[in-house]
Formats: sequence, structure tokens, C-alpha cells
Amino acid sequence: MAGEVNLLVPRLLQPLVGGSGELQLDVGEGAPLGELLDAVAAQFPVFGRRLRDETGTLRRFVNIYVDGDDVRRLQGLKTRIAAGQELMIIQSVAGG
Amino acid sequence: MTVTDEPVAAPPHATHLLAVGTKKGLWLGTSEDRVNYTFTGPHFLMQEIPSIGIDTRGGKTRILVGLRSEHWGPTVSHSDDLGASWQEPEHGAITFPPDTGAALERVWQIQPDAQGRAGVVWAGCEPISVWKSTDGGEHFELNRGLWDHPHRSEWGAGFGGAAAHTVLPSPADPATIHVAMSTGGVYRSTDAGESWQPRNKGIGASFMPEETPEFGQCVHKVARDPNRPEVLFAQNHGGVYRSGDNGDTWDYIAGGLPADFGFTILTHPRRSDTAWVIPLIADAQRIPPEGKLAVHRTDDGGKSWTRLADGLVEPEYNVVLRDAAAVDTAEPAGLFFGTRGGTVYASADEGVHFTPVLAQLPDVLCVRAATIGA
Repeated sequence: MAGEVNLLVPRLLQPLVGGSGELQLDVGEGAPLGELLDAVAAQFPVFGRRLRDETGTLRRFVNIYVDGDDVRRLQGLKTRIAAGQELMIIQSVAGG
Repeated sequence: MTVTDEPVAAPPHATHLLAVGTKKGLWLGTSEDRVNYTFTGPHFLMQEIPSIGIDTRGGKTRILVGLRSEHWGPTVSHSDDLGASWQEPEHGAITFPPDTGAALERVWQIQPDAQGRAGVVWAGCEPISVWKSTDGGEHFELNRGLWDHPHRSEWGAGFGGAAAHTVLPSPADPATIHVAMSTGGVYRSTDAGESWQPRNKGIGASFMPEETPEFGQCVHKVARDPNRPEVLFAQNHGGVYRSGDNGDTWDYIAGGLPADFGFTILTHPRRSDTAWVIPLIADAQRIPPEGKLAVHRTDDGGKSWTRLADGLVEPEYNVVLRDAAAVDTAEPAGLFFGTRGGTVYASADEGVHFTPVLAQLPDVLCVRAATIGA
């Protein structure tokens, strides 16, 4: 488990990552969330574009939680992620 | 390419295709007579479909759709099998170059170019931008001439957002393209998009202190005459106009209409000076006049208009949005539109009679029709 974090993928986006509900990401000694998402996007580009726009900004109604904390309340995409933590993507309340 | 949606059975092969984009998905219908349709859908359930392009050049049918999820953002997908499967370029068909610092908000227009320009497809987007593809709509390049335009800081946003919503390449001259934006008005390029000049002389702007400014108008839709490319029709935010000189000047032609506001305007696929509008009362109200939906057609360039409402349900308090109407190229021409109340009408006789072919859909945002078989 050392050096890895789990990324929980919502059902709607699972077809974009090969059908998996969970991705194991190599985080080494720890890395900013943005770098982890870069790595995921390199492997699954469409999935990456669902989470962030082309400027790299997290889409407005996409929330990512680190061990239950919204990254927007931490340091956003600069939030440093350590091995063993759990990342969860949740779509926020939006639309009508 | 990534397949982005659950496969849905393709409609049976038929002569006529009708594509209906709504706020919550896409419906595709096929028909032999443009009265009785077989529909599939919703494709892309819970995604907004503000733009559709049906490209029938080269004997093939490609359906391109601009998609937008409130959560997952905008993108473009296409289908070469009438919606049985959809492909999305992995890195996105339309993405802003890094130096712009911009991000795509919504694809408002997907417009295949003229018959002889295989593979060329145009897009109009929010933020206000025009894009050109030469590979059938799989990858688009930002038009820098318009993006870097000195007027950009003065362009505004209509209620729906700031977008280039109309892109009209001239079939006669590949260097001439007209674009309409809300707000900003009509712009024209005669050097293949290198530079753009405002072309709004005569078009009103009731919401600005100067009634006919050089630019800044809220032009809702523009359509081109099929035989004389220098003839254009515009439905403005207040005012219907015709230009006979490639957009240099515009004449008010709404005198015979019950209201001069509306969103959409269509021209005939073959006959000059025929156009259709769907008038709305504005701005204190925003409904069909007296709650009675009607299409109005001119056959003389706007000198006179004929009210067409046979088959349209009354009352109707929903509007028809700028791209929620279309003509096809069959003979006689078909006329199609959908309301924000989710009713879609088809006419196989140029608007003389309408048949409701779909009802109670989400808000209809875009309607396109094409002849796809012999």
C-alpha cells in the first residue's frame, strides 16, 4: 500500500477508466493532487477532461474529497496527497 | 477515440433524419414521409445538446453534437451510424490553446461547410469564438483573427451567455464567412478568417444608447439565401432584417409581422427570398403573440408575410430558441422546430401543415434535419 492512494470513481465516469470504480495511483513520497490528476489524465484523457477544463481548473461542480475533506477547503489542486489516503470524486448538487 | 455513450439501436434506414437536442438529451428520428417518425433516445441522457450538425457530404451521414454536462463540462461527439455508437476524440475536438487562458463553456453551433469542401466543419462557441475543422469535425482549430479582435473587450453576454452562435461560410467564396454573436452582432471576413469587420449597419440595438451602433447588437440568428450568397436574413433582438449586399447594409423587413422579436430565422434550401421566422412578443412578455404559436413565411424577401399555424397546438406559451428550428433539402422542403415546452413539429410542405412528432421533452435547444437516403 505504501506509495499508493485510492481514487474512487463515480459510476457515471467508470466507463472512461475501463469500467473500474477504483484506481490505484502511485503517489511516491507524496504529490500535489494536480500532479496525480495529470497522471490519470495521461492514461485516461477523456476522464481527465471531465474533471478539469483545459486550463487545468477543477470543474465547478466536481468535488474531490481527500479522506473526507473537500480539497477546495484545503489547498485545492495543490493539496499534497500522501500514500494511504483516499480520494473520492463526487458530483455536487447542480442543474434542474 | 473513446466511445462515450451506451449504444442505442440505430433507427431503421430511412429517407429523412430529424435530430432533436434538448436540455437533457438527444432524440433521433427517421421517417419516410416526414410525418410518421421512429425515434431513438434519449442519447446522452442528462446532457445538454445545444448544437447539432448533420454532415451528409460524400454520401455518408455523420451526426456531430455539442454536448454539455453541468458537472462534467462540454465536449463534441460524433456518430457515423445514426446514433448507434458515438465517438469522442480523446483530447477533445474543441479545446482552447494554453496561451488563451480560456476554457470551452459551450458549443453553440456546428456547421458543415459547402458541398464541395469535404471535411470542413465550422463551430461557434462560448466564450465567443469560431473554430474550423478540416477532418470532419474531429479536431477544430481556433480562429485567431476573431479571438484577437480589438472589439473583444466590448462584446457582451446575452441571457444565454456570450457566444458566437452562427457561422455561415459562403458557398460561393471560401474566403467569405459571416459570424453572428450575442452580443456583438454580425461580423464578416473576406480573407478566410484572417480579419473580421462588423457588418451591422441598419440593425437596431434598443438596449444601447445609440440605436444603430457599429457593433454590439444582439443578433439572434442569421441565414443565407441559397442562390445569392450576398443576400442574408437576420432575426435580431428586436427587428427582422435583410441584406442584399453581403451584410454591408441591412433593411428592416418586419413590417408585416405581428412582432419583430424572435430567436430563429431560416431560409429555403433552393428558392431565393423565402424565409421563415417565429415571432415572439418582447420584451415585457416573451411568448408567442396572444399565446398562439405561428410560423411566418415570406416569399418576397420580407415585403409580405404569411401566417402558418395549421397543426400547431394552442395555447402555447413557450418560445422557440435560435437553433431549435431547421429546414431540410427535400422537395418540397421540410420545416421543423421545437419549443422550450418540449413539443417538436414537422412539416413536409414548407410550413403549410405541421404535425407534432414529439412532445413533453425537456427544453428543445437544437433541431436539425437532413435527407439521408434516396
